[in-house]
Amino acid sequence: MTLQLDFPAVLERWPSFLAGAALTLELAFFATVLGALLGTLAAVGRGTHNALIAGACKVYVETIRNTPLLVQIFLVYFGLASLGLKYSAFTVAVAALTINVGAYTAEIMRAGFEAIPRGQIEAAEGLALSRLQIYWHIILLPAIEKVYPALTSQFVLLMLASSVCSQISAEELTAVANYIQSDTYRAFETYIIVAVLYVILSLVMRAGFWGLGLVLFPRRRRLGTPL
Amino acid sequence: MGGHLNINHLMFLGQGALWTIGLSMIALIGGGIVGFVIALARISPLKSVRIASAVYVQLVQGTPLLVILFLGYFGLAAIGLKVSPLAAAGASLTLYVAAYLGEIWRGCIESVPKPQWEAAEGLALSRTQRMMKVILPQAIRIATPPTVGFMVQIIKNTSLASVVGFVELMRSGQIVNNSLFEPFAIYAIIAATYFAMCYPLSLFSQRLERRMGYGRSNLAPA
Repeated sequence: MTLQLDFPAVLERWPSFLAGAALTLELAFFATVLGALLGTLAAVGRGTHNALIAGACKVYVETIRNTPLLVQIFLVYFGLASLGLKYSAFTVAVAALTINVGAYTAEIMRAGFEAIPRGQIEAAEGLALSRLQIYWHIILLPAIEKVYPALTSQFVLLMLASSVCSQISAEELTAVANYIQSDTYRAFETYIIVAVLYVILSLVMRAGFWGLGLVLFPRRRRLGTPL
Repeated sequence: MGGHLNINHLMFLGQGALWTIGLSMIALIGGGIVGFVIALARISPLKSVRIASAVYVQLVQGTPLLVILFLGYFGLAAIGLKVSPLAAAGASLTLYVAAYLGEIWRGCIESVPKPQWEAAEGLALSRTQRMMKVILPQAIRIATPPTVGFMVQIIKNTSLASVVGFVELMRSGQIVNNSLFEPFAIYAIIAATYFAMCYPLSLFSQRLERRMGYGRSNLAPA
């Protein structure tokens, strides 16, 4: 049997593909923003002297990083349902992705915090900056700048991982593909198109983060070197 | 709905867990072999080989594993090969793992200090000799912690093989859940089992890393 590909039959569904890609980006956006916040908090929590908070943050990070996203999504999905809470698939997907990427972000941010030289903090204390000022200007912002490349590739990976949300019927790109292939019987063509769309989305995200980096870190832009 | 979780269900989950380990081994060995070729191709003296391997890595790293699995499953069927879920999952995971391991290992090969390359050249070793006798033995030491760390990702990613009908741990959990309908309890057991498989590897990787004193293995997919 020879391979016969019929792309036009699938491509005429382009509005569905675009809607799916838009929802994938939307999922990735919310999960990135919320996950970055959660992850930074968890990284701060892991560094505190309160053993209870530090322990809880460690358990969170290690549990999430050592179990598959698919299992986490099902646990959130059925966990909320068994508590009697009804949320849309989109909300559940954002929640599960946020919890997931938060753990990875925490680990990256912790590396960033650890890379801040002790002398910088002492110098800031010597200049009588307040605790809050030190945390913001001397620790948090430089740490983000240091780990920015690692963070952004984690967020691109998150966008790709959001394909797993198709399993709880969030109507993102992969779910759209599953529907179209069952409708047209053109599975191979459908998934090739979807793969290309994902590659484009990840290139767009990389370019976007690169541009954002130029805006956020003027020092890097002017000197061409990271901190 | 019917009955409670009993020993037979747990045996079935155990069997699934064994298949998860089996599929992980297939992905690690297959992906390791192809990944090694990719790593060498990425630093090849031929520009066309470098570009081709870089494109391969970019394409695979820009596509979700789930889509690659569907492509493998339906793609092999489309060219007339009748494939079992195991073959489709094994082939897809091999291609996926190869792109990531290839990139990790390229970094490790390139991080062997420059004077080592020059010294080997100065001793008139051939390209192959330089690679086999000087660079790779040192690169393997550097590569061990991130590779062990990536094995955690492989084990977690095999859970996606459930969507093409391969009965590994995740799929066996879904099957048990279909008869019992106690999703929270069952998926909690599944999660705990994955954790039991992955956490020792994570700890081992961290210990190796500390012993080496540098390197970061944590930047791998969710």
